[in-house]
Amino acid sequence: MKILVTVKEVAEAADDFEIEGTDIGEQFLEYDLNEWDDYAVEAAVQLSEEYDDVEVVSATIGPERSEETIRMALAKGVDRAIRVWDDDVAAADLDVAAKTRLFASVVEEEEPDLVLSGVQAADDGFGATGVSLADEIGFDWAAVVNRLDTDDDLSTAHVHRELEGGIEELTDVDLPAVLTIQTGLNEPRYASLRGIRQAQGKEISEFGLADLGLDADAVASPIERTAMYEPETESDATYFDGSADEQAAQLADVLRDKGVVSE
Amino acid sequence: MSDVLAVADHRRGELRDVSFEIVRAGRELAADLGGDLHLAVIAGDTEAFADRLSLAGVDAIHTVDAGAEFNHDLYAGATAALFEELSPTAVLMPNSVNGLDYAPAVANRLDVPLVADAVGLAYDGGLEATREMYGSKVETAVEVSEEPFAVTVRGGEWAAVEETADVPVETFDYEFDESASGARVQGFEEVGAGDVDIADAEFLVSIGRGIEEEENLELIEELAEVTGATLSSSRPIVDNGWLPKNRQVGQSGKQVTPDVYLAIGISGAVQHVAGMKGAETIIAINTDPNAPIFDIADYGIVGDLFDVVPALIEEFN
Repeated sequence: MKILVTVKEVAEAADDFEIEGTDIGEQFLEYDLNEWDDYAVEAAVQLSEEYDDVEVVSATIGPERSEETIRMALAKGVDRAIRVWDDDVAAADLDVAAKTRLFASVVEEEEPDLVLSGVQAADDGFGATGVSLADEIGFDWAAVVNRLDTDDDLSTAHVHRELEGGIEELTDVDLPAVLTIQTGLNEPRYASLRGIRQAQGKEISEFGLADLGLDADAVASPIERTAMYEPETESDATYFDGSADEQAAQLADVLRDKGVVSE
Repeated sequence: MSDVLAVADHRRGELRDVSFEIVRAGRELAADLGGDLHLAVIAGDTEAFADRLSLAGVDAIHTVDAGAEFNHDLYAGATAALFEELSPTAVLMPNSVNGLDYAPAVANRLDVPLVADAVGLAYDGGLEATREMYGSKVETAVEVSEEPFAVTVRGGEWAAVEETADVPVETFDYEFDESASGARVQGFEEVGAGDVDIADAEFLVSIGRGIEEEENLELIEELAEVTGATLSSSRPIVDNGWLPKNRQVGQSGKQVTPDVYLAIGISGAVQHVAGMKGAETIIAINTDPNAPIFDIADYGIVGDLFDVVPALIEEFN
């Protein structure tokens, strides 16, 4: 069995940042493995530990810098990695359809039995690539999965989908399938020192559009970000200033006034 | 024609709030486009839902009588088929958990661009949508240069339409064999039952990612004890297994309406705010002055919880 995990390197903005053009200035961004994808990686690695002959392959659309993130996934137990990038991809503003086309080509190449993807990316928060990919490649799917059990013969996944308001939907999904993974599904492991060492020797294959049988049209997007701005602060909060003791004293007074704490 | 097709959301016999909000979003967009607003109601007791959704601004309701509950193959198939029938310029779907499970498939099937999780929509010769990025720290404008297009709209961003009207209802025939679907809903489960119901609490002390380590929870537990508060949390604390699910406040946890909600080390992600904005008084302690929690707080402390909370415990000891 082969499991493909889509892994994204996401940017996180510092507490204090400045916007330059239509994005936050590079110097205010830090890059890390997308939190949702971390749970997807863990789910894949756990399956590989549970069953015999499971290969876990990660796929990333990202520049050379993202290899650091990919190595993290490799250190956690991913067997090998694919990174899709070239000048045309770099120049494009990738929308869901473009990412779908790129990943669909990777799927065609790798022929996985299961694709795991984070529900969403922490930076742009679209939450759409996994299901779009499933539809494109003709796999079944389930979105927002927070529990995953599989039949012994790996023909069916029994999943819980986390709905709003503390309700979960119990669904059976035939494999091959794409599952988008919600945080809390498992406890992502830390990369061990041994894992980090081993990751250095694992393969990261680099694919450009031509390698995937695609051309620049595949990443053309009709969606363009035209502006970025800090939302107008709606805060009309009363702030407590001073030392921590002074702040706490003012807060204590409010709690007493509201009658929720008595002495 | 430049019509808009919007899709309602329901679960276990109840229309969800976003169904009434998407009517407003759809009506406003249809007005910009100069077309009609069509509303699709798929599965369940469509007759009752259509009756309830006969709202001002809706030009037609299309019911798809198939299945009792949400199934993404049904929703994606029926929405795409209705789209082909009506040829609208826009299809709006909710950015709910179920929306996440079918809207991207609709866009892919129809080969139309998708803007997900929009918080604002305007049309002036082209769609301009407002979205958030980087954990709600910034807003962005995105322009869509192709038509038709698909959008998922965030719940709570448009005011619900309540004014009723007499809207024509049409049955849309769509063949669906649920047994042939590769994803089969087996049932539902309520999670998070436990000894404490945070929804009943008058004073909640709620902790988020800012607590950093599990052992630091003791500090917050001590605060809850000396103040007589009930302990709750945002999602990451439950994800880490540090507190049980019945303590989670938010979209996927509990909705709470205490007299006072003291949010400690919680940034205020939209999913969390959805669960606690009904609190009478909101107080936030956070090191980041730009944290979105301050936008909805009545009182704020920009500071380190590891300094402020011990001092607060001291106040009540």
